[in-house]
Amino acid sequence: MSGDHILSVDRLSMRFGGIVAVNDLSFNAERRKITALIGPNGAGKTTVFNCITGFYKPTSGAMRLVHDDGHAIRLERLNDFRISKLARVARTFQNIRLFPGMTALENLMVAQHNALMRASGLTFLGLIGAPSWRNAEQAAIDLARTWLDRIGLLDRADEAAGNLPYGDQRRLEIARAMCTKPALLCLDEPAAGLNARESAALSELLLSIRTDHGTSILLIEHDMSVVMEISDHVVVMDHGVKIAEGTPQQIRDDPKVIAAYLGTDEEEAIAVMESGT
Amino acid sequence: MSAPPAAQTSRAPGAAFIFKKALISALVALVLFSLMIGVRTEAGPQGQLIYWTRFGDLAAMVATVFGGSIVFELLRQWWGPVGTIRVVPPAVQSTLSLAGRLIAPVLLVFTFLVPVIFYNERYILDLGILVLTYVMLGWGLNVVVGLAGLLDLGYVAFYAVGAYSYALLATNFGLSFWICLPLAGILAAFWGVLLGFPVLRLRGDYLAIVTLAFGEIIRLVLLNWQSVTGGPNGVTGIPRPTLFGIPLSAGDDGLAAILGIEYSPTHRIVFLFYIILALALLTNWVTIRLRRLPIGRAWEALREDEVACRALGINTTTTKLTAFATGAMFGGFAGAFFATRQGFISPESFTFHESALVLAIVVLGGMGSQLGVALAALAMIGGFELFRGLDQYRMLVFGMAMVLLMIWRPRGLIGHRAPTVFLKHNQAISSDLVKEGHG
Repeated sequence: MSGDHILSVDRLSMRFGGIVAVNDLSFNAERRKITALIGPNGAGKTTVFNCITGFYKPTSGAMRLVHDDGHAIRLERLNDFRISKLARVARTFQNIRLFPGMTALENLMVAQHNALMRASGLTFLGLIGAPSWRNAEQAAIDLARTWLDRIGLLDRADEAAGNLPYGDQRRLEIARAMCTKPALLCLDEPAAGLNARESAALSELLLSIRTDHGTSILLIEHDMSVVMEISDHVVVMDHGVKIAEGTPQQIRDDPKVIAAYLGTDEEEAIAVMESGT
Repeated sequence: MSAPPAAQTSRAPGAAFIFKKALISALVALVLFSLMIGVRTEAGPQGQLIYWTRFGDLAAMVATVFGGSIVFELLRQWWGPVGTIRVVPPAVQSTLSLAGRLIAPVLLVFTFLVPVIFYNERYILDLGILVLTYVMLGWGLNVVVGLAGLLDLGYVAFYAVGAYSYALLATNFGLSFWICLPLAGILAAFWGVLLGFPVLRLRGDYLAIVTLAFGEIIRLVLLNWQSVTGGPNGVTGIPRPTLFGIPLSAGDDGLAAILGIEYSPTHRIVFLFYIILALALLTNWVTIRLRRLPIGRAWEALREDEVACRALGINTTTTKLTAFATGAMFGGFAGAFFATRQGFISPESFTFHESALVLAIVVLGGMGSQLGVALAALAMIGGFELFRGLDQYRMLVFGMAMVLLMIWRPRGLIGHRAPTVFLKHNQAISSDLVKEGHG
């Protein structure tokens, strides 16, 4: 169980001037499992995400991603778009970042940019309408159609993404990330703003992504019903450090976690913890 | 015109509001015109300053503004809110949408027939060539501004690079137009990439300023590098294009002599007309194709959200550079054509005014819309000629027309966006959702 990690974060630190957002954080995400990263607001969860997906360069620490074929990539050495292109790490954003003026289908086509760019012979084959390009384009449309069907948006494929209801936009962003064919999918609060029914549908979607596609998922979430239902492993952060780690059941009963969420001060938390053990 | 809804009248501002607004307008007019109209200065016979006051005219002007403001407000109340679609009956709407679909093919056919219809009207043919040149420039800039959302105020630089490339290659090395045309495009694209590198990190106003400076730098280099460009004297004696090596001249080896028809200088004008038409259509075709290719979608995605692009593994650097290079290449083609049409070029032809005009065409047409840009070029260049009879009021009328258009259609003549790919139905996307880019 402990051997197969897709992502190993080792002593990651991120400082902004004098502020330490993430301090010496180490955790692993297992392959084909859902790992949740939880913690109160301002705990540094999104900073960790931004480090993993190349938006920030960490102050120190190592992040190692191992693909299914055993090929290992040091994420802290890549930056910007290369994380997604070479390491195949896809992400979604806390505040949805779709392309609002493009249709749902177009959003999913843009996600397949790198594959389509190769197929279009860096545009030149595509410009003359070569058959190989046409086939690749059709395949891309078919993949997009499959995902639109999965998230129940096939009927609204030709509508502008900005016109879709909030819940649909959330799911579309996940589908768009999946269209990059990622090895690791990072979701930043996918259930934020969803109602109970939509949250349940989201849980189902994420479980099927894990099971049917074998994609590992790293998840930031505040909605504990979602976290407890689908996570295989939970990492709890507070003030930039890891305070607990374990199965959802273990986390649920951990006094330190309860203290962090309820805002109890430290001595009290320790007292609670000691009395518990 | 249907009557305004009752809810509208109840919310309408009262007499006090109208009066207050008119008073403010009159006050602004008084401040503005007190020196412009109230005092008239002139140089006297011995060169001294003489002045006299015209308070009567000033009072009349301020009174006109006061009255006009009241009338305007009353009209607005009677008219109701501007731009409501509900006012237009569905029958008119469907006719309009049909006209919208037909306008592009009709315009295309008409353009093809212009030299036939107006064969004897040199003025119209020349105007047609000018309009088509700006259509092509507008389509070229549309790639950078409309699709990729990068505000480029120095587009004229690439026009100049193309023009000078052809002029210098042709006069110094005797290369023909058809060889120089791709070379001019490639050189302009090269300069586009060169400009692209330093501005990649810039956004918005900063990008605009740097591109503006780039346009000026190119012009100043052309003006001062006398030994190569001829400085302010420009380049003269630029050869005319030939038809597969056959010149369109009056000589024995000219096209007219070979075909056995009487020579007319109009032949060359018609020939030039079809060259620029072909070049413009090539630009259009390539742009439409590119939009449906991954690179074009990446341009538009970049305009919509750059951060999301990076998260999807799109190399934003090369994407921006290709947009700059593609736009610059079309500018270079247009420049080479300009040089061969004029036969003479000088830095004076490549001032900021040209950049501003082309940008105005793109913005007025609706950023990203091919048809809109073509219509805007026709309106801007052709319309400007149309108002020639108004003499010094031409600029005034033209400025007012543009202000009105921007009030009614703030996102340009054709503001909506057509999707590049669709599953079932191709429905236009409202301009409210489409971003304008961050630069």
